[in-house]
This record gives sequence, structure tokens and C-alpha cells, in this order.
Amino acid sequence: MSTKKNDMIKLALPKGRLLPATARLLAETGLEFGDYTPGTRAYRLKSARLPSVSAKIFQEKDIPVQVAVGNYDLGICSLDWIEELLTRYPTSAMLKVADLEYGKGDLYLAASRYGNIAGLKDLSAGSNSWRIVTEYPNLAEFAALSLRLRRFRVFPVWGAAEAYPPENADLALLWTKSKAELQAQGLVPLKALMPSHVFLIANRDSWRTKNVGRIISYFSRALEMKDKPWLKIRAKSVKSSDGFRPDSDEEKIWLALPDGHQQPPAADVLIRAGLKVDGYSENGLSRRPVFKESWIKAKVIRPQDMPLQVANGNFDLAITGKDWLLDHISRFPASPVRELVDLGFGKVRVVAVVTQEFPADNINQFKQVQDGRASTIRVASEYINIADKYLRDNHVGRYRLIPTWGASEAFLPEDADLLIENTQTGKTLAQHELKILDTILESTACLVGNSNSLGSSFKREKIASLVEIFRRAVEDN
Amino acid sequence: MTRNTISQKCKGARDLLPEDTQAFRFIEDAFRKSCLSWGYKEVRTPTLEYMHLFTAAGTLTPNMLSKVYSFLDWDGWSGERVVLRPDGTIPVARLYIENLRQNEVARLFYVTNVFAFEETGAENRERWQCGVELIGSNKPASDIELVSMAIATLRQLGIKDIQVQLSHAGVLNALLDELKLNSDEEVRLLDKILDGNWQAFTEALPKGSELSRLVSLLLDFTGKTSGFLENLKAMPQLSANLKAALSNFAEIAGLLDSLNCRYRIDITSTRGFEYYTGLCFQLSTHGHKIGSGGRYDNLIPLIGGPKTPACGFALYIEPLADLIQPETRKATGSEIIIRCEASTAAALKTSFKLAGALRQAGLAAVLDFDSRQQGQCQTVIVQDAASFIIIDPSRNLKKEASSIAEAVKTVGGPA
Repeated sequence: MSTKKNDMIKLALPKGRLLPATARLLAETGLEFGDYTPGTRAYRLKSARLPSVSAKIFQEKDIPVQVAVGNYDLGICSLDWIEELLTRYPTSAMLKVADLEYGKGDLYLAASRYGNIAGLKDLSAGSNSWRIVTEYPNLAEFAALSLRLRRFRVFPVWGAAEAYPPENADLALLWTKSKAELQAQGLVPLKALMPSHVFLIANRDSWRTKNVGRIISYFSRALEMKDKPWLKIRAKSVKSSDGFRPDSDEEKIWLALPDGHQQPPAADVLIRAGLKVDGYSENGLSRRPVFKESWIKAKVIRPQDMPLQVANGNFDLAITGKDWLLDHISRFPASPVRELVDLGFGKVRVVAVVTQEFPADNINQFKQVQDGRASTIRVASEYINIADKYLRDNHVGRYRLIPTWGASEAFLPEDADLLIENTQTGKTLAQHELKILDTILESTACLVGNSNSLGSSFKREKIASLVEIFRRAVEDN
Repeated sequence: MTRNTISQKCKGARDLLPEDTQAFRFIEDAFRKSCLSWGYKEVRTPTLEYMHLFTAAGTLTPNMLSKVYSFLDWDGWSGERVVLRPDGTIPVARLYIENLRQNEVARLFYVTNVFAFEETGAENRERWQCGVELIGSNKPASDIELVSMAIATLRQLGIKDIQVQLSHAGVLNALLDELKLNSDEEVRLLDKILDGNWQAFTEALPKGSELSRLVSLLLDFTGKTSGFLENLKAMPQLSANLKAALSNFAEIAGLLDSLNCRYRIDITSTRGFEYYTGLCFQLSTHGHKIGSGGRYDNLIPLIGGPKTPACGFALYIEPLADLIQPETRKATGSEIIIRCEASTAAALKTSFKLAGALRQAGLAAVLDFDSRQQGQCQTVIVQDAASFIIIDPSRNLKKEASSIAEAVKTVGGPA
């Protein structure tokens, strides 16, 4: 390795919630990066002052992994994601350098105020298998083991964990700014697991072999300042989502509706189907929209999480994408989740992508090039199970999967060799100088259900009628 | 050889080479023979088990659970995790509940691998053990049976200077009860103790109390006879539980005395397994830990079975294999090499026929078509269907034979 390359320091910086305060901290210390602003479209950043320092913007969750594998020398992210990695992989090559003190919050194990769990004691009674939803599956398993829960099941989710209890899960393990925020969401804290705030982390080998101290000293200076304006920048509060209504004994059909950019077209399908619903419009989005048909109960969750939820009978029907259904089936081939109606909207292609310079135009050529290099292929994807199956099916020998949480196109070429990503038009990929090797799937939104007809004949009839309503709405279009 | 000599073997995994496997087999065979002679029956359990079997309170400590290989199966959408067997006893207890509970007493043994993550990868993450479980008896005689059986098996392996350390989980639990901690604190303290941190225990004791005096007597002295326990039992203000546990401990120690079985009492020798309820024992030789066992009366009810007392032990194959003498290892005889010099179909047929005849006579025959086999083995050179040359370097002998029968006779002849 040349001395010059060894002098280069790479930072992984968070996007989203922590960006404003992080940008302010960097600016105050003189370590600012030009395009590191809310809403930026840039991923690769150059230091305004230090030519040997560069940075890349990541989803916060990706940062501990990126630093641990040595793609980045330093990273900024909050303690919850650091511990999520270290709990499962205690030998990760990453060390915590400094507590940067902002982005404060706590991780809690919580139950719904409306359920029948009031305290930890209730968890050791009976022979229930407790359902825990969380974005932190490793920490959840660790917590359940140390609480001596006899039986438990962890459902990893991409988000909206607070929306599941009490009907669709027993417990949620989640980050919250304050106990009050948790209570406003209709939850009762059972146990505070750990306080979480932002840390500066370093790769262990960089720490040993490189001069990262000159960058760390900028942060030390910041921590010694009397006035720390970045501590005053507060992340936006989550909206209260306590829309719980007690149920009549009448049997219900549980429908999961998507949030995010799938929400407007999904709302449109509901209108076309003649289903009246409150709390599922862009202006008034509730986690628990209310249908005029009292036998339909709905929750708004992430489409990524729906197939697993339907497989487990926590929901009867869900509006998700074929991409997420395939990802689920790729991991659990015997899953009872089935596509019932193709809803037509949300058209994307799931594609295999490399940089334009890469000397291959299809997956076979890619494989040949990689076989010649005899190195492990790094594959980044949000669709970790589709990617895994795709590579197995194509007999790609040695590969390592890097799970990502969005903005995967920024991973090529430095931090991954191959990307399995979705694209609508291919424009974004072209802008990032990437090219498509293969199309794995053409995906649209779909209604999914559980092929093991669970429940009573009433339930089965209602599900069938709802499926019919959706089918007609799509056909009439 | 490829240029790339970096091992493709998983970190923390081990290949057993022929010599290692021979030593393993030697231990397993001696163990099997010993168990069968004590009236035990062999079982095998699956490598995969559901994780909840091991998370039931009081089975494995969180520290052990954090090292378990667990994952979601291909049909694991329910979130139910499976594990690579981290322990030998719990699966056998499950097997008993599901298949053998109608038996009043079940005497079972097994040879199995267990898996536990070890950070550096320098030690084995997969380890082998010979296990014995005696299910259905709460008699001190059963504890004695297991200790005696373990020692007898080790002696048959030629292991000398076997040290037996005794401890008692019932005494430990009764002492913990005296501290009157809430369940959360008690569990946490027990975890520390089972991970070997006894200081945490002495720190939790009220200073200058009867209890702390008793504990320091227990921890600071190691006794060599049951008299030590009788002395402890005679101390004032013991709780009924503690008295009962000490009585049980003293009774077992007394029985071992009468059998001239030597041991050391060291209450701190209990490690790792939360499911033990009574006598625990550790076996070692010259500082090498080679086995351990104990009584686990609560395990079967904890994993859903009827109230059933039980005890068991395991011998650790890896350290034992290192201790076995080379001459003990070489238990099998050497093979006979059949060298076929002509490459005709007839010569080939004769070679296979000769090999078959030798095997029938109870000998091991190796066919050598490449003339690569070297060494001090007896060799039969096949020239054609009626011409054989037998060479025995150890007897400095070279003979001819004109039929397969004659060749077999010459080879198998008196040394």
C-alpha cells in the first residue's frame, strides 16, 4: 500500500435524523463537508479543508458494519446500532472512540397499554411464546435471554414497531427519545435496555496502523467547547400514533396497509374498490386507519415486513410488493404466503447492477471475471434473500452479502462489487454510472394472504369477499 | 498441491486425521463397552433442536446461551429458532420425556458432539463427549453409581491419577435462598457464580453474620472426607433446606468413603450448568479436566416432563485423546498388501479374489496397483492365477505359493 493511500482517511456519516446535528458539529470544528446538508443528493463528500479526508453518507444502520469491515476508518452513528452489531458479533473490528453526546434517547422493551402485560412479571407467567417486534433483532434476542423468557419469537421489522402491540405482537423493542414519547404512542415501558446517543467509532486496524488521531482531535476540540450548538438541534418528534380503539367481540379481518411512497397509490386502490377509510391519506396518516366496514381492522406498516407478518397470521391480508414477497419466499420456501391479486401499481424491476467500467455485460461474464480474480465478491442489497438465492442459482462461488437499508447505489464501486437493487426507469442507476447486468424480477404491488386458511368460516368468507372486491377494482381500471 | 495454502476449514473447526480418529474410536469403544456392562442403553439425538428447549429457565446460563449457534430454519418464518446442540443432557431429557417416560428408571448413554462459539477460534467450537444419564432415581446410590462408573471407564482407558472434586448445587441454592434476594437479583448472582465468580457471592453476604461465617468455611477449606460436611451440618442456625442439602452431600460422601473412593470437596467447582440441583462432580488428571457430572432433578419438569429425578455425567473426548498412550492407540493389526504386477484382467481378478479370501480369514487386505505402498507390511505379489510370492519383512521371510488357499495359509501362518 502506498503511503499516500494510507494517509487518506475515510469517514462514514449518517443521513436522516442525525444529519443536521452532525453537520453542525462538523462545521463548528472546522471539519465541514460541502454537500453534507439535509436533502442532499450527493453521497461522496470531500472535506472543505483537508484534501486527505473524504466521507460517504450512509443510512445510520449501515455505519457500524461499514466501519467494522474496514471500508471506513471512522464513523458517526448512535450506540443502539453499534450494540446491535456487537451483541451478535462481539469480535467485530470496531471500537468506540468518543461519546458525542447528541441524539439522546433510550432503547425500551415495551408493551401496549391496552394489552394484558403490565410489567416484567407478567412475562414469566404462563407458557406463552412472546412475539417481539423490533428493528434490533440481536438486542431483542439478548434481552429475551437475559430476562429468562421461556419462549419467545423475534420478528425483525424495518420500522413502525410501535404500531404492532397489542393485537399483532406482544412486545416491541424500540428506540425512543423519551418515556413520554413512548407513552404517547400507547405503550408502557417494561424495561429500559440502554441509553443511546451518538458515538464516534473507529475501525480497529485503522486505529492501530493509521494516523486517525488528527481527525479525532477535531472532535475532541468540539467536546471541549463551552458552547455546543449541535446539542440544541432536536430531531423531529414522531407523531403520536395512539389510535387504539377497544374491540367488540366480533371477528375481524386484519389488513396491513403500506406507508411511504406506496401509500398514495394504495389509498387510490381502496377508493376504487369502494372501501371507505379514515386516517389513510397523506395529510392524515394514522398507524390505525378506520374502515367503515367494522369487520376490517387495518394498520399501516412497512411493506417489507408484511409477508412475514401474514405468514405468522398476525395479519390476514396485506398490500405489499412482489419484490418483498419473493424476498420472503427465497428465505422461507415453505411459507404459506401467496399473491392473491396483482394490484398493478408500484412497478419496479429488481436488477443486478455493476459499475459501467466493469468488464462484463451479463451475470455469466461477471462470474467469469470474478472467478479469475479469486476474491470474495461483496454484494450489497436491501433484498438480502433474493440476492442470496440469485447468487446460489447462478453458481457464484465466494460472495459476502452486505445488507443495506436503502441508498444502495452509493455502495458501488468502493464498498461493494455487485448490487441487487430495484429501479423504476434505470435513470438513477445511469446517473451513478452504473449498468444493469440482469433483471431478476418485474415487481408490482399485490395483495397477499395466507394459504393455510386460518380461523373460522366467517373469516374465510370475509377474506374471499375482500379479495373479490380488490380483484374487481383492478379489473375495472 | 495448489498454490493457495490458506485453509478453507471453518474457524474453530477440527479435522480428525486417521490417527486422531483411531484415538477417538478407542475411547468410544471402551466407553460403550463399559456402559453396556453397567446395563445402559445407547441413544442418539438430532444435531438440530429448537432453541426454546434450552431457554427454559434453569437450563443453560445466559453466558452459555450467548455462545449457542442459533438460526432460523428454512421454514422458520414463525421466528422459532433452531440451534446446533449446545449440550448433551437436555436433548436426552427431551428424548426421555417423549419416548421413554413409561420406564421407571432409564439408563442411557451416547457419544455426541456439542457446539459452542469460542471467540478466538483457537479452541474447538465443536467438541465431543461420552455422556451417561440415569433417569428416574433420586437415591444417593445413583450418584455413587455414576461417579464409580466414570472412574471405572477412565481406568479402562489407562488414565492414571484421576482426581474427583465434589460440590453440591443444592447447598449452593440453599445458601442463595438465605440471602433473600428478589428473583432478578438471585438469577444474576447465580449467573456470576456459575461463570466462576465466587467473589460476587461473598460480597453479597451480610458482614459478620452466621451465614458469612458458614460460607467462608465452605469456600476457604476443601475437605477430603465426609467428616468435613458433618462438621458443617452441626453448625448453628442452619435453614431446613441447607441442612437437607448438607445431609444429602454428607451421605453421598460417606458412601464414597466406604467404597474407598478418594475425592476432594470444593464447593466452588460447580460451573456453567444451571440445571444441577444436587451432587456435582468434576474429574481431572494432572490439571486436565476430563469429565464432569451431577444431579438435575428439576430439568425434566422444566422442559415439560413429569417430576423426575435424574443425574448424569460426560467424559470429554478431546483431552482424553491427548492423554492416551501411543501403544494403547495402536489397537488394530496391520494390513496385508496385495501387489498386482501384471495388468491383465486375469491377474486383476486373482488379486481381488485373494483379497476377498484374506478378508474372510479376518485380515485387512489393501490392493496396490501402483506399487506405491511401502513399509514393513506383509506383501503378496500376484504374478498370475497360480503364482504368488509372500514377503514378510518382520520375519525376514520370502515364500512362494501356487494357489489362493496356500497364499492365505502362508500369510495367516504362525508368526
